[in-house]
Amino acid sequence: MYHKEKSIPIKNSASALYNNLGVLRIAPRRLTYFTVVHANVVNMVSASWDGLNYSHRQLQSKEPNVATSASLIMQAAFCSLQSRELLVVTSQKGIQMYESDGSIMVYWHALDTPETTTAQAVFARGISAVPENYICVGVSSGSILVFDVPSKGTNISLSEVLDEHKESITDMASECSGSQECIADLVSADDGGNLCVWKSGEEFQLLHKIHGFDMSCSSVKLWKGTVVAGYGTGQIRLYEAVTGILHAEVNAHARWINSLDIAPFSGLLLSAGEDSLVRVWLLNLTPETNSVEIAHLHNECVTDTQICGAKFCDSDGYAFAVTGYDLGCHESPLPRVGAAGAGWRETVQD
Amino acid sequence: MIYILDQRLRAPNTSDDNSEKGVWSENDRKRVLNDIVGTLFSKAFIDELLKPQQLYSHRTLKTVLTRFAHASIMRLNPASMDRLYELMVMAFKYQVFLCPRPKDLLLISYNHIDTIREMVKDTPVVVNQVDESHRKIIEVYSSLSEGEFQLLRQTLLIFFQDMHVRVSLFLKMKAQNPNGRFALSTSGPVPHGVDVPGLIRTFDSKGREGRRSEFPTGGSYTSAVREGCFELHGDRVVRLGLNIYTVNHPEETHTSKAPSVQTNNTPNLLAKEELNLLARLMGSVKAENKPRAETGFRINLFTTDEEEEEAGDISEAEESMFGVINIQAMKDEQAASELALIAGQFTEPEQPETLGCSKGDDLLAMMDDL
Repeated sequence: MYHKEKSIPIKNSASALYNNLGVLRIAPRRLTYFTVVHANVVNMVSASWDGLNYSHRQLQSKEPNVATSASLIMQAAFCSLQSRELLVVTSQKGIQMYESDGSIMVYWHALDTPETTTAQAVFARGISAVPENYICVGVSSGSILVFDVPSKGTNISLSEVLDEHKESITDMASECSGSQECIADLVSADDGGNLCVWKSGEEFQLLHKIHGFDMSCSSVKLWKGTVVAGYGTGQIRLYEAVTGILHAEVNAHARWINSLDIAPFSGLLLSAGEDSLVRVWLLNLTPETNSVEIAHLHNECVTDTQICGAKFCDSDGYAFAVTGYDLGCHESPLPRVGAAGAGWRETVQD
Repeated sequence: MIYILDQRLRAPNTSDDNSEKGVWSENDRKRVLNDIVGTLFSKAFIDELLKPQQLYSHRTLKTVLTRFAHASIMRLNPASMDRLYELMVMAFKYQVFLCPRPKDLLLISYNHIDTIREMVKDTPVVVNQVDESHRKIIEVYSSLSEGEFQLLRQTLLIFFQDMHVRVSLFLKMKAQNPNGRFALSTSGPVPHGVDVPGLIRTFDSKGREGRRSEFPTGGSYTSAVREGCFELHGDRVVRLGLNIYTVNHPEETHTSKAPSVQTNNTPNLLAKEELNLLARLMGSVKAENKPRAETGFRINLFTTDEEEEEAGDISEAEESMFGVINIQAMKDEQAASELALIAGQFTEPEQPETLGCSKGDDLLAMMDDL
């Protein structure tokens, strides 16, 4: 169903984090941006579609002063809003927002860090654009910061702080189907597996809270009103966002799931975990019966690699890319299944 | 570290000249282990260790571990210490990487503690220290959630990132590939609390289970084993963290860099924050009062002394390439035992500055001398 393509080189290996791969397709210029986090650096590579040109850029986490040790980056993700695209980087010190090519930092928000190190870690993690003009970022305390983003310029401001979660935010996602009928705009997940479903606006409204079962939900997606959640137990669960009804439960992976992605036009779902496996599924919604089904389509094993990021490269799901812990560009010449950004493309049946 | 030192201390003497570097007697071996374990598990150090703090750099950790390795009459020269450090870090990486569930990091730690307790069982004072430390660790960490343990694990994995030193024992066990990467199996028991992959269950709006279907997993997984014990004593179930070194195969502790891998030797100037941390750690390790005469007891992590010398020459050459500033505060060659005294003095603010250097420079110099 998919065949392996040439690997995309990145400057450093990927760190073990949740959702550690950002992908942004720039159709007019026939290229795609990829971002991979390595400790306190974001590696960006711009890859031309013909596979001939790669250009690299590195973004550092912002330090308050030289005397402190480097601040680790927790996540980097592209946020596509109606009129602009930004790259958001979250770290132990705060939130940085860049133009999508990483050229200019347009906004910096510092987290409240205590004077002396406390037992509770402080960091920002969980990034989602929420149309029309919001970017939401999660914090280790469980708060969600809602930023208002103008169509251009640097006049970004903190609009609201949502305090519903009591545990660290792990991931967030907005409705990606493009459908206007969906009531829920955003889902947020935390370390206890709790999921909050929100409606956006000047004041975000909590529509429903789905309680977790003491197991971290590391990755979450929202598609056609369905929440797709991946857990540390290797399970994937599908919930109806607004009511919290459980549609399906899949014993998908033998280890922690680190990344989920959905191709919105086709309903293909990608899951990847520390068990070295990437799996492709198909989501099927039947509006009449209000049922959601999930069918397994394909497996790929990235040998000896704990996968930390997996994303489709396009909205149909024709190709996907994968990153794994410790995979980098100083590889030995031995044939390796996944160096840095390994890519797979759908095999066209003749 | 203790496992490796124990193996080397038991190893028969292979050098031609048997005179001063004699075979370690059982008493000496026990003394060294007791000294090291006693220092490592001292209240001051464990208290310092258990404070919330950031991830250490390799330089800091190596400095601290070198100090511990020299807590007794045993000495290691730089080349052997380098190799010891590589072995320790790669074994540590192996255990963290393959840890079945993040919480099992505790069980792996308890395996280490259990084995150490057994090694020093003839010295009640040290056993007490180990027990006390164990209790404190249980107190601090038992309440963390799985998500918090995973964050801890992810942070530790940053420390090990890009290290692919090949260890003979791991290669022999097929735990490591020739390119230095650890093997990840897609078969065997799933971790405790995880369901065997392969099942899809659907539910209706009333929560009643509907269809069940299966999918091919691409692996052959079996049910989870029982959960290990998190108390002071008990069956840990997890095997990682147990002693894998045996007396009869000293070649197991041979290492080599994986081909085409550049290890990062650039001397990163430690931020002031990290220097403060290092000073606190070193200050909490009790200074030793060993007589200078007892410096003839050396252990070698290489097969022959010649090999060790060669390895030392190579790494010295590499170091000098980067122009490391070497401020020699002491002229005395026996830096090892002096080190302990110097380090102990750093926590007292009224110490006069030596040679006009700042506290930070002294620490850096000390590390360069190691």
